[in-house]
Amino acid sequence: MSEDLKNETVETEDPQIVIKDLWKIYGRDPKRVLGKNLRTLSKDEVQKKTGCIIGMREINLEVKKGEFYILMGLSGSGKSTLVRNLIRLVNPTSGTIHINGENITKMNSEQLLHFRRKTFGMVFQHYGLLPHLTVLDNAAYGLKVKGLPKGERYAKAMQSLETVGLKGWEDYYPGSLSGGMQQRVGLARALANDPEILLMDEPFSGLDPLIRRQMQDELVELQDKLQKTIIFVTHDLHEALKLGDKIAIMRNGEVVQVGSPEEIVTQPNDDYVAEFVKDASPAKVLTASSIMDPAKVLLYAWEGPKTALTLLRKNNRKAAFVVDKSHKLLGVAKEKVIEKMIEEGHSKIPAESLMKVTSVTPDTILEDLFPIVTEHPFPIPVCNENGKFQGIVTTDHIFESISPVEEGESNG
Amino acid sequence: MVDFPEIVNIPLAKWIDKAMDWLLLNLDPFFDAIGFIILKVVLAFENLFLFIPWFVLIPLAGLAGWKLVGKKRSGVTFMILLFLVGSFGYWELAMRTLSLVIASVFFSLIIGIPLGIRMARSDRAQAIMKPMMDAMQTMPSFVYLIPALMFFGMGKVPAMFATIIYAVPPVIRLTNVGIRTVDKEAVEASKAFGATSRQVLFDVQLPLAKPSIMVGVNQTTMMALAMVVIGSMIGAKGLGMEVLLAINRIEVGRGFEAGLSIVFLAIIIDRITYSFSKTKDK
Repeated sequence: MSEDLKNETVETEDPQIVIKDLWKIYGRDPKRVLGKNLRTLSKDEVQKKTGCIIGMREINLEVKKGEFYILMGLSGSGKSTLVRNLIRLVNPTSGTIHINGENITKMNSEQLLHFRRKTFGMVFQHYGLLPHLTVLDNAAYGLKVKGLPKGERYAKAMQSLETVGLKGWEDYYPGSLSGGMQQRVGLARALANDPEILLMDEPFSGLDPLIRRQMQDELVELQDKLQKTIIFVTHDLHEALKLGDKIAIMRNGEVVQVGSPEEIVTQPNDDYVAEFVKDASPAKVLTASSIMDPAKVLLYAWEGPKTALTLLRKNNRKAAFVVDKSHKLLGVAKEKVIEKMIEEGHSKIPAESLMKVTSVTPDTILEDLFPIVTEHPFPIPVCNENGKFQGIVTTDHIFESISPVEEGESNG
Repeated sequence: MVDFPEIVNIPLAKWIDKAMDWLLLNLDPFFDAIGFIILKVVLAFENLFLFIPWFVLIPLAGLAGWKLVGKKRSGVTFMILLFLVGSFGYWELAMRTLSLVIASVFFSLIIGIPLGIRMARSDRAQAIMKPMMDAMQTMPSFVYLIPALMFFGMGKVPAMFATIIYAVPPVIRLTNVGIRTVDKEAVEASKAFGATSRQVLFDVQLPLAKPSIMVGVNQTTMMALAMVVIGSMIGAKGLGMEVLLAINRIEVGRGFEAGLSIVFLAIIIDRITYSFSKTKDK
């Protein structure tokens, strides 16, 4: 039975990490908090009654392979505890964590060592580097722990240092590097192992804003190449929105909402999340696909100019987008141009006579749409990567969509 | 004054005496073995320092001052101080004292560093050892001399035994503190990459705790020096014995000469061991 279940998980591309009903309670005899009477009480009540402190409560999460998963919350919300549970730097009080189908909560210490070496790389807020070792030795540390011979581990570490842009720094000591560079060493060390899962515990929180932004951009680029599963802890909403495929928001040891950046910002579950995302600009999360409309009038090149003109006049338009048979966007046809075509006796609308327009992809964020919208008189066409026409974005829509908070207030 | 009720009487002294009797009766071979090892080590050091001629050791001290402490001035000072000790006529006694100190420190570290590591790795071990070490350090040092005398007789060995007990706590404490205050994330990082606890200890904890451990070594050395002087009361030959003789004969000048020699030795040993605790700039 369990064997079948395992096979199934592989086939249906189920999540790589499955966390079920995970609790962490600090204090004497923590298991008693899990009893019927206590488990539903609030954190403060439990602490008053038993002296135990709830670090994590009933956490259920699933992370897919290759997903950039953000754990966000204020300090003390349990996000760092949760990430440490994944490699059992902290042991959960109850619940299970399955990674690649293996229950890591049941592993003995030897299995655990092996598992950590094979599966994980971790990056820490304060870098966690070894000051008495050179940058190269630091980057090679995970490989040394694994028992790789010197030549091999140095070769891999060098490669990893190159990936993070630290070539030429390998003989320096961490103490002589800036914060941003030290964190690059931390990242190189984690990548040198070529782990399946990268755990990052507030890796950029200690860096100054400019460097932080730069590191974020580089991480995004790196992730495009590497496609690792990343669990990323942060308290910075903007960082979460910028990097995450999925965000889990935590409060007092509980997960209060899980969703895509867009869902979190536009549909906060409760006041806490709403407060959290209050300052978030929807312009940074909303994408063209989420605010686009179908075009009112769409002309098909093969239908010919006469049909086109009728359509335009019927809808009271001066111009419209033209697509070909495979729904590929050809350009914009103006009324006058169509009239001219009819005079010239075309049976189809020739692509070369159309006005070329700038199009955007469905995942373009609003912020990037602004400059395009202001420069163009027409609505902006949205096309997928094959050039297929998807819909249009109008200036009105953009401005409507970036003021959802006020809208919510007037409704409620 | 209200007398304390005489009925309430805990005969601790009797119990301890009984325990001592039992130990002496049953564990005599054990103490003989310990005494033998201690004696061998201290004799080895003594032979070494008595073998090295003064005109070699003084420049060596100067070199140590220059290279380790980092200043030429320190080196010169060390040389002058040692020269003065010799010129007081105490060269041989100073070397004997030095050997005792170094041998005691040697044993203290062998015992102290592993215990400190043990203590750092378990809160329970810390809870048990802390009060014991408080007792070891606050107990008047003379008290150790009596049982040491009973176990090992007169001479160097009981003096060293008492010295080790008195001098070992600092290195244990500072090893413990040093390891406990190592950057938590560095330890976590090591563990996260799948390091065994042995790898964590040798790759991260000990190297990062080294400055603190070296302060412990320094403290232990200074306490050993202080105790070795007292150890002369039970027959350990050295500078302390000169002080003792001077007291008995009320010879102020002789007492000062011997006392100053001890101070000079202390300064040199302190500066050199302290230099180990400083991490060198890269």
